[in-house]
Amino acid sequence: MLFNIVLYVLAAAALCISFRRDRQKTKKALAIAWNSFRNLIPTMLGIIGLIGLMLALVPREVIAGLFGNNSPAGILLISLAGAVTLMPAFIAFPLAASLLQSGASVMAVACFITTLLMVGIITAPMEVNFFGKKFTFWRNAIGFVLALVIGGVMGVVLQ
Amino acid sequence: MKSQLRRYALFALVMVADLFLSWQYPARGSEAVKSALDYLVEMLLFMPPIFVLVGLLDVWVPRQIVEKNVGPDSGVRGVVISILVATAAAGPLYAGFPVADALLRKGCRLANAVIFLGTWATIKIPMLMMEVKFVGLPFALLRLALTLPAIIATGYLMEMILKVGETGRFAQGAGEKNY
Repeated sequence: MLFNIVLYVLAAAALCISFRRDRQKTKKALAIAWNSFRNLIPTMLGIIGLIGLMLALVPREVIAGLFGNNSPAGILLISLAGAVTLMPAFIAFPLAASLLQSGASVMAVACFITTLLMVGIITAPMEVNFFGKKFTFWRNAIGFVLALVIGGVMGVVLQ
Repeated sequence: MKSQLRRYALFALVMVADLFLSWQYPARGSEAVKSALDYLVEMLLFMPPIFVLVGLLDVWVPRQIVEKNVGPDSGVRGVVISILVATAAAGPLYAGFPVADALLRKGCRLANAVIFLGTWATIKIPMLMMEVKFVGLPFALLRLALTLPAIIATGYLMEMILKVGETGRFAQGAGEKNY
């Protein structure tokens, strides 16, 4: 709750300052805000619904069994899922919270988040278009290895 | 219109599943709907200020300054600028590709472009806010602390692997431009 209040105060203050310095730019900023919010709604509703279904249907024991004991197979599975899928932070972090709540380990969830953010298999074709195959391959390969290292360290430290 | 409707396909599917569940297993069904509504309320409460901040950052962060300061001789300063600007960015990673591409065309050092992309993907400010909210401050801070050096190392590693030479400039035309 406190977090929300801080956010609202921060946004309101920034908006006031911006409005006093440049009305046009502030209007544009609000238009950008509204558009990105509107764009997100369909996916957000779908994924939130999926999280609800997952919490109701997948027994805690299954998630805890797969991702709860830091088994190499479980970590690899959830990391590959992170590397392949693409979702905005607005969806990824609620999902991560629900996985933790269902008994997944911190290491598994950290690996999921780091691979999700550092590796993009779905966006790779776009990346190739801009920077070439070699660039795309190495950036994602290095990203995957480092993501696993970071996730592993986080799991150990935050245990 | 059609593509607009298609974007709701997942939501429609979930609704059908919820209805079916409520019909066959009322307890499970209401649990699914209740958890989803809880999440929805929580997100709708704190998303408006985040989106306002994202919009303001997008409008006020001057792109020209960046382009002038991330060239081959920019050193530490170039790295810092690449990171700062990308943390203030809005939008998904694929929105960052054209920006990094534009930077490279204007003479940005390859390492800086890779660092820029890495930061854009992993530690944007709105993203960190979400992270603190849902998985907690220690998780977010530790990930930030480990990710920053990883991103910088990736930038310099990429220069070594792609052998960009002394100037640190990425040979343009390496990308197969077929769009």
